[in-house]
Amino acid sequence: MATDPTTTAPATTAEPATASAGPTATTPAASAPTKPSRKKGQSRWLTWGPPLGIAALIIAAAYIANAALGDRSFLLPAPHAVLAKLWDPTTAPDMWTAAWRTTVVSLTGLAIAIAIGVTWAIIMNQTKWMERALFPYAVMLQAIPILAITPLIGFWFGYDFTARVVVCVIIALFPMVSNTLFGLQSVERGMRELFQLQGASRGTVLRKLELPAALPAIFAGMRISAGLSVVGAIVGEFFFQRGTPGLGSLINKYSARLLSEELFASVLVASLLGVAIFLFFGWLGKRAVGKWYDFG
Amino acid sequence: MTTTDTTSVHTRAASLLSFEDVEMTFPDGTVALHSVNLDLKRGEFVTVVGPSGCGKSTLLRIASDLETPSHGEVALATDRIGYVFQDATLLPWRTTRRNVELLAELHGEAKDRRAAAAQETIDLVGLSGFEDHLPRQLSGGMRMRASLARSLTLDPEVFLFDEPFGALDEITRERLNDEVLRLFSEKKFAGLFITHSVSEAVYLSTRVIVMSGRPGTFVAEFEVPFDMPRDPEVRFTPEFAELVGEVSHALREAH
Repeated sequence: MATDPTTTAPATTAEPATASAGPTATTPAASAPTKPSRKKGQSRWLTWGPPLGIAALIIAAAYIANAALGDRSFLLPAPHAVLAKLWDPTTAPDMWTAAWRTTVVSLTGLAIAIAIGVTWAIIMNQTKWMERALFPYAVMLQAIPILAITPLIGFWFGYDFTARVVVCVIIALFPMVSNTLFGLQSVERGMRELFQLQGASRGTVLRKLELPAALPAIFAGMRISAGLSVVGAIVGEFFFQRGTPGLGSLINKYSARLLSEELFASVLVASLLGVAIFLFFGWLGKRAVGKWYDFG
Repeated sequence: MTTTDTTSVHTRAASLLSFEDVEMTFPDGTVALHSVNLDLKRGEFVTVVGPSGCGKSTLLRIASDLETPSHGEVALATDRIGYVFQDATLLPWRTTRRNVELLAELHGEAKDRRAAAAQETIDLVGLSGFEDHLPRQLSGGMRMRASLARSLTLDPEVFLFDEPFGALDEITRERLNDEVLRLFSEKKFAGLFITHSVSEAVYLSTRVIVMSGRPGTFVAEFEVPFDMPRDPEVRFTPEFAELVGEVSHALREAH
């Protein structure tokens, strides 16, 4: 990282140099070695301790409920039996293949949603009347109950990959549109005038000012849309059963056959996939803009 | 309206920027400026002091063509205008160097030429060594220096300052005042500076104009007799204190 300029600044008051020193920041050789490392250990415990504690509580509660249910224990199988299904050679290959399929569908849908969403927002950002004309439809898109139009999507796009991706795009699109638009419009007036004074064209302002300024909001939108795209993929697979089964297809199948351990295992995989994609886009956002923006 | 006529610089070398009977009424009916007349000559540093909200900034916005006056004539005899805003308005994702290069970049100058120009002005404002820092890693004063350096790359003939140091502490402000004076002596631009600090106005200027609020109009004008380049010690002389007193008095009467 860069050194703190306030220590060498000639004519200035102290102002924190809030460079993004993550938890991996190296300790300068000059400082005392024991104190920071203990601090780091403590903060790590504070970061991971509480959520892990809650996880332990939930698992314990699942075991208690499982025991209490007696012969109806299929309603909530024991956690270890669920986990075992992820390695069981009769079910595991299906599940991991399906997980990969779901990943492909959701990432395809997400990529399309990002492209359409950013373009849509850029168009709306050009003039006030375009925004007035187009924004209501972005809101409407979000308000559509997806289950109500899935039959229609099947009609139009067939009952396999394409239809699944379409569901994904519809669900994931709105955060991209609204976040990008918000980001483009968040540029301070002074900065706009700086460009205006030099006679910069609309395109230059977009490329050199508005889009870079919008990046934090765009990445925040991507992270939200990424989670939603997994939801969209699973909903799509649930209804469109042609082609390679995804997690949604498996969930549908297992629940129809009352295979509760397999059902829980596939739900678990779907959740983990959502979390993984969310974390990945959080990491990506931090990498892209973390230097100049506190991307949380 | 604003005319950009660089040839007249040589014929009428005197006036670089002039306002003739300028009025500014906003759509909501607020009269920001009323019959403003101003003549800014080469080698002059004019400061306008006034209460906040009296339309001081509008003056600069009109001079730079960001805003069109509702009435009156504005003539600008150059297209090399520097404009320093109240905030440093640095792009947070760009390093000092890339921020300073921005204006030349917008004018389509070649990479090596604008890099050289940026380095020169960065050195000039005393930011050497901070070229690769991001704005968030700089203090408020350093950001303002970077902003000055950015404007200087245009080699402005008219330099507009919109209360640039208002948010800084006293010591930083004084240092930056000295910096502006040094640049003024070196670069020989015509300066138009907006502030609400009377001592800053007197220290920087060859001429101080007092403005009243609502509607904003010029009510008094003072020639500052101290030599340029200005000796920082002049601030501690009785003559300086006396002039500050007179300007403050006029300012107090204005509203």
